[in-house]
Amino acid sequence: MMSEKTLIRLMPWLVTIGLFILWELLCIVTGVEKFILPRPTLVFETMVQFAPQIAHHSLQTLYTTTAGFVLGVVGGGLLGVFIGASRLVYVGLYPVLVGFNSIPKVALVPVLVIWFGIGTVPAIITAFVISFFPIVVNVATGLATIEPELRDVLRSLGASKTEILTKIGLPRAMPYLFASLKIAITLAFVGSVIAETVASNEGIGYLMLSASSSYNVPLVFAGLIVVAVMGVVMYAVAVWFERRMTGWAFRGSDLMS
Amino acid sequence: MQGPAFVKIDGVSLVYRQAEEETLAVEDLNIDIQEGEFVAVVGPSGCGKSTLMKLVTGLLDTTAGRITIGGKPVKGPVQGVGMAFQNSTLLPWRSTLDNVMLPLEIVEPHKRRLRKEKKAYIEQAMALLKTVGLADFADKFPWQLSGGMQQRANVCRSIIHNPRLLMLDEPFGALDAFTREELWGVMQALWMEKKFTAILITHDLREATFLADRVFVMSKRPGKIILSKEIDVPRPRTLDTTFEPHFGEIVHELREHIHSVRES
Repeated sequence: MMSEKTLIRLMPWLVTIGLFILWELLCIVTGVEKFILPRPTLVFETMVQFAPQIAHHSLQTLYTTTAGFVLGVVGGGLLGVFIGASRLVYVGLYPVLVGFNSIPKVALVPVLVIWFGIGTVPAIITAFVISFFPIVVNVATGLATIEPELRDVLRSLGASKTEILTKIGLPRAMPYLFASLKIAITLAFVGSVIAETVASNEGIGYLMLSASSSYNVPLVFAGLIVVAVMGVVMYAVAVWFERRMTGWAFRGSDLMS
Repeated sequence: MQGPAFVKIDGVSLVYRQAEEETLAVEDLNIDIQEGEFVAVVGPSGCGKSTLMKLVTGLLDTTAGRITIGGKPVKGPVQGVGMAFQNSTLLPWRSTLDNVMLPLEIVEPHKRRLRKEKKAYIEQAMALLKTVGLADFADKFPWQLSGGMQQRANVCRSIIHNPRLLMLDEPFGALDAFTREELWGVMQALWMEKKFTAILITHDLREATFLADRVFVMSKRPGKIILSKEIDVPRPRTLDTTFEPHFGEIVHELREHIHSVRES
């Protein structure tokens, strides 16, 4: 018998492989055309065949996504601290932020193209803009929910606002920040691929768009899978960081490892 | 009694304003506390005990009257006061030792000296942890401690910087009866050693009688002091003391006053 621990470790792979097998069987049984839904084996074949192009474009996407994400972490983190630390900034900026976040980011890309031309910059900015919001909200929440008793203890010790922020606020906001990074990194991929699809001649988004215009549907699916894999890998990186930086927040639970 | 009071609460009232409504939380409080005295304030729930604590520490402003500490009027948060609440509020990302040392990073002159004399300060904190029986848990994190241990660490944190005034707001309220009684002894030992002035807010009459030199009974809202009772039980008091007839009489007397305000 397999131990429960190994089973837990194998489960994600089993489910993923299972899904691909199901997909393959579905295609064989229904006999669906390959330009509607290609079989995964064909998709992987195409992946190997177009490996150099895919590698080139996915590196470009990885670059724009990571750049946008890093900007989002820095900008969102800073703004989150401002909003969380000051009630005045909070009430003033929050409605604007919510409004801004409600704008579909795809509608923003044409504007960015007018400002910066097509290519790398709009992709980075779209990734930044889309990953920004969850980070701001989480960091601000972490700061704004300091226990009042704890604040009283610090204030009666004579702590300044900055001291309360650095001794309690920031460490306390860390788990919130890292939780938001996991959401933000996957959103960043959405942002960069959208921008590349609409306005770029590089990146996975562009690759998929040009593949679909020449009815190379297996290549489109290959692109989708590559984006998904990059998303999972970056998510895992974010989780790794989270565990290292804020292990205290997990209290020794085995999940999420 | 003796010389000028260390903490002087002089005709203090507080009105809470919420929208159109005004609530008189405490009314015309007059309390004098000598330096090094341990006083307890008891009363029915919602009588403004915690409000009193916030007033004394300057976290709330009085509506009328004035409060002085060491001759200086309280305006804004009083600096360097030690505080311990029912909720231990330890920082989960810090070890027990680092939690206890937090005030040293904030209160002068320790803040200035901490970096240079880190070793001496750590020794001081370890000695304090040892007196409350937490020496072996210095490197553990709060969630690895039991509720009683967390509260011991909390008490250590509140007195590590040798405050002249210690405010205790039901610090043992959430503990089981055995742990609570054990911590009374710990608290008394710390107080007898360091001789700080302490104000204990509690609804446990035996706790008040065990720890305090004087017990004040507050009426229900608006809170007024209706009884000031000297506790003439010799120290150190032990758990056996609590079963002596005289101790029982005092608790009984306090209980009757609480009853009378609850029914009035």
